[in-house]
Amino acid sequence: MEKNLFRYIWNHTRRDQVWILFVVACSMPTFFLFFDLPKQIVNIPIRGLGFETPGATVTFFELNFSVPAWMSSSGQLNLFSGFELERFSYLGALCMVFLTLVCINGLFKFYINTYKGRLGERTLRRLRYELIDRVMRFPTSFVRRMKASEVATMVKDEVEPLGVFIGEAFVDPAFLSGQALAAMLFIMIQNPWLGTIAFSIVLFQAFLIPRLRRRMLEIGKERQLQARALAGRVGEILDGVSEIHANDTSNYERADISNRLNRIFFLRYESYRRKFFIKFLNNFLSQITPFLFYFIGGYFVIVKETLDVGQLVAVIVAYKDLPNPIRDLINWDQTRLDVQIKYSQVIIQFASDEVQSVESQAVVHGSAARLSGEIAARNLGVSDDTGAKLIESASFTIPLHQFTAVIGEVNSGAEAIGEVLARLLPPTQGQIKIGDQDLYKLAESVSGRRISYVGPETYLRQASVRDNLLYGLKHAPMRKPEYTEEEEEKRLWEISEAERAGNTTLDIHGDWIDYEAAGLSGAEQMDERIQEVLELVDLVDDMFELGLRGLIVPADEPELAKRIIDARKLLHKKLKDSDLANVVNPFDPDKYNDQTTIAENILFGTAIGDAFSEDNLARNEYLLSVLAGNGLDTVLYEMGGKIAETIIELFSDLPPDHPFFARLSLMTADDIPEYEALLSRVSNLDFEQAVPLDQAMLLKLSFAYIEPQHRLSLLNDDLRTRLLTARKAFSLGLPEGLAGAIELYNPESYNARSTLQDNILFGRISYGVAEGAKLVHDAILSVLKELGLRPAVINVGLGFNVGIGGKQLMAVQRQKLSLARALIKRPDLLIINKGFAALDANQQTQMVERVLNGVKNSRGEAQSGVFWVLTNPNLAAKFEQVLVFRNGGLVEQDTPMALERKESHYSELVAHGK
Amino acid sequence: MTLEDEVGVLRRIPLFAKVEPSKLKLLAFTSQRMVFSKGQELFHQGDPGDAAYVIIEGSADVLVDAPGGQISVARVERNAIVGDIAILCDVPRTATIKALSEVVTLKILKEQFLELIAGFPEIAIEIMRVLADRLSKTTAELTTARNKLNELGY
Repeated sequence: MEKNLFRYIWNHTRRDQVWILFVVACSMPTFFLFFDLPKQIVNIPIRGLGFETPGATVTFFELNFSVPAWMSSSGQLNLFSGFELERFSYLGALCMVFLTLVCINGLFKFYINTYKGRLGERTLRRLRYELIDRVMRFPTSFVRRMKASEVATMVKDEVEPLGVFIGEAFVDPAFLSGQALAAMLFIMIQNPWLGTIAFSIVLFQAFLIPRLRRRMLEIGKERQLQARALAGRVGEILDGVSEIHANDTSNYERADISNRLNRIFFLRYESYRRKFFIKFLNNFLSQITPFLFYFIGGYFVIVKETLDVGQLVAVIVAYKDLPNPIRDLINWDQTRLDVQIKYSQVIIQFASDEVQSVESQAVVHGSAARLSGEIAARNLGVSDDTGAKLIESASFTIPLHQFTAVIGEVNSGAEAIGEVLARLLPPTQGQIKIGDQDLYKLAESVSGRRISYVGPETYLRQASVRDNLLYGLKHAPMRKPEYTEEEEEKRLWEISEAERAGNTTLDIHGDWIDYEAAGLSGAEQMDERIQEVLELVDLVDDMFELGLRGLIVPADEPELAKRIIDARKLLHKKLKDSDLANVVNPFDPDKYNDQTTIAENILFGTAIGDAFSEDNLARNEYLLSVLAGNGLDTVLYEMGGKIAETIIELFSDLPPDHPFFARLSLMTADDIPEYEALLSRVSNLDFEQAVPLDQAMLLKLSFAYIEPQHRLSLLNDDLRTRLLTARKAFSLGLPEGLAGAIELYNPESYNARSTLQDNILFGRISYGVAEGAKLVHDAILSVLKELGLRPAVINVGLGFNVGIGGKQLMAVQRQKLSLARALIKRPDLLIINKGFAALDANQQTQMVERVLNGVKNSRGEAQSGVFWVLTNPNLAAKFEQVLVFRNGGLVEQDTPMALERKESHYSELVAHGK
Repeated sequence: MTLEDEVGVLRRIPLFAKVEPSKLKLLAFTSQRMVFSKGQELFHQGDPGDAAYVIIEGSADVLVDAPGGQISVARVERNAIVGDIAILCDVPRTATIKALSEVVTLKILKEQFLELIAGFPEIAIEIMRVLADRLSKTTAELTTARNKLNELGY
């Protein structure tokens, strides 16, 4: 990458810089006119110069130029003779000119600033893109040594100030020095002596300030590195947070962070001191010049009488134009140094020449040619970063479409060979070939499409399961997205912008999925293929369960929502007819549901947001008004009192850490004294007399009451009827402002806030029924099967977001998913390197069998070669060939049968593994 | 069935007979009522034990695994407590309990049960008494069985 910032800017923005320079130059005449105009307005029409006689006129807008005599006999070229205007009209005309200039100047400024901003942002975009582009082309081992959070802060924050500077990189110094030179020249013309004084002070500044700044630059550099290291440490703290807790090192980390912040603080403080000292010096020097003018010039005027007053005043007036451009120039120079340091400090991290060529990652739209032949390693040697030998001169040849197992102890070289074959660990000696091509010279469009790799660690992107599954099929945009005319236009603009910034123009919104590579003719077959792969890796049930716990947006999937309602009805019908009738208590708008809380019975819906959340419910004014409507507020208040009394009677003797408290759902141990105090406060008060806070505390208890769970026999049929009336009143009178705070239960419609499973169940499982949840789950499964809804539910499961790094999935699921991702692209070679550590021995055996069977076609021919570095050597017998590694060397290669018969390392490893 | 009814049931169980009513109420309040339908198992032999059950209504079969299949060794009825051995001794379930009719139980979790014993010596003594009773019964049955075997000439 270009190491010099200015050259980088010039290389990429040359034309824009020249243009903006030109535009600024064009804006200058109007700019100066604008400054000159007020003087004219005051002098001519207002003070009346030239209007001395009544009715006099002055010529306005006369275009008259002095030209050499050969062009015109009078020496004047008169292009336009102008208008003759009276005094007030003249004022009007000049004011109109003033207004016009205001507009023109404003528009120039607007244009120039926008242009500079856009230019800077474009270049910044280019730079950021290039940095990320390089990260993806660096060797994996190099990238692994980089700290993610440091790279992130470099790409995002450290280059940010460049954006502002780039637009000003050439324009500002050109014009500021132009202005400064003009002012200096003017002073020189007025009086060379005084001019020389001004000039030598500017020279002195130019000499002194860079020297003062030298230390500033060091500080700037140091500060940048420290800030970056801080970002790195923050990243480490987050990544290693469990270690911090496990080792009680939080205070060590605090001290470390404090120390780093301390260093940054003192660096910044020193830089402030120096910066403002330089400022002070600058100001001082620019103020000392007029002092010298007054003093020395005055001396010449008064004592020597060699200078006249007019000249001195002219010099002093001219001087007032000098300090501003000089100061701005100095500021610009400061920014320049700043960003130059920032730039070079970033570039240095990305400067490695070890980048892959751009061609190796070129976009290839068609499908890649299949690999065939043999995998041949000749004299292969591999070292790690420290130079330790992982493999020493191994040679082997294996047919590509064969099932090969690799076994060996830890550090035997078995794992390393997996990485070598996956192109993650370049050999330091020898060569590895597939067919007649060097594996490490294949373009990624071939290796990445025809070879699949599942490593010991799985990395999933924070996206849906489906996106992760199809990730390996997204090599190039296969189909353009369908854009409306308006979107198309916007897209064209985006493309031209991307081109200007040297970014790729590939459209992320297009369909990137390479169906052909997955062996399909189109998108419509994808669901089937996904199902197939999920079955192969045994993830179908997991996805189904995820789907049951998933949410859908009924507006987006009205068909599915409708079918779920059908499933709900069928389930309820089936339950009614079976002996499970008492297990589920469906939500019936006309019946009190004994298995849920009093609050839920009144609300009869799912709360959205805070208004009706459990904590705020007892203070919700609308709900309280509904309760007051049929006197329920008093009833529930008294009920809360009874509940509190019972609980206090039962629990007040127990110490707060007594395990019985874990079984108490209505209160915590800490609440007991509070409620005790409350009860004594309100013992003689009825609902109206109690303060709202006490009302709320007691209402909260009765709101959470469930008769079959708490069994205090506080509910009777009369109360149930009254609560039902309250339910009706609540939904009928729901104010518009609260309509969005609750999704009411409706047997005929899908509840978007509840999971698929809850939507099907649409009720509560009764308390105290042994295995109730399981029985209901089974009933739901059979209903979904009967209605053919299983695939649709699995589809919802595929939409589940796996979270950062896939942490929302279990380790086993993550590993299975990464295998599914490797299989779905139908690779020629599937490399599995010590994967599936989360599976138990039995599951591992099954997984090997599943995979080896799964890559065969219907005629039993292997469609992919499998190269499996096994954790458990016993499984090697299931493969066609075994490579045995020991101490970095390949010691045996044969069929498992042949190796079993003789005294071999293989037999030893297998015996050991048992 | 309300909490008060459950307290009544608990009082009729010999194990809890001497515990004050307020403590029984606490026990009832913090334990879960569980209904098993006919044929359902309360627990299965060999499973880890996490709770004992007080039978409030219905009856259940006590089954043990034998070489020829499960054999019924006893029947438990209302007011009996089952599953206490597994949680007292931390051993897997020694038998399977299968509901012969609809069985209503009070499920007492392991920690709750142990807490009860620690808190109420009366209960501990009562449990010792029940266990000793069972042991003497078992010993008597064992003696009878041995004698029978001797008579048969084994």
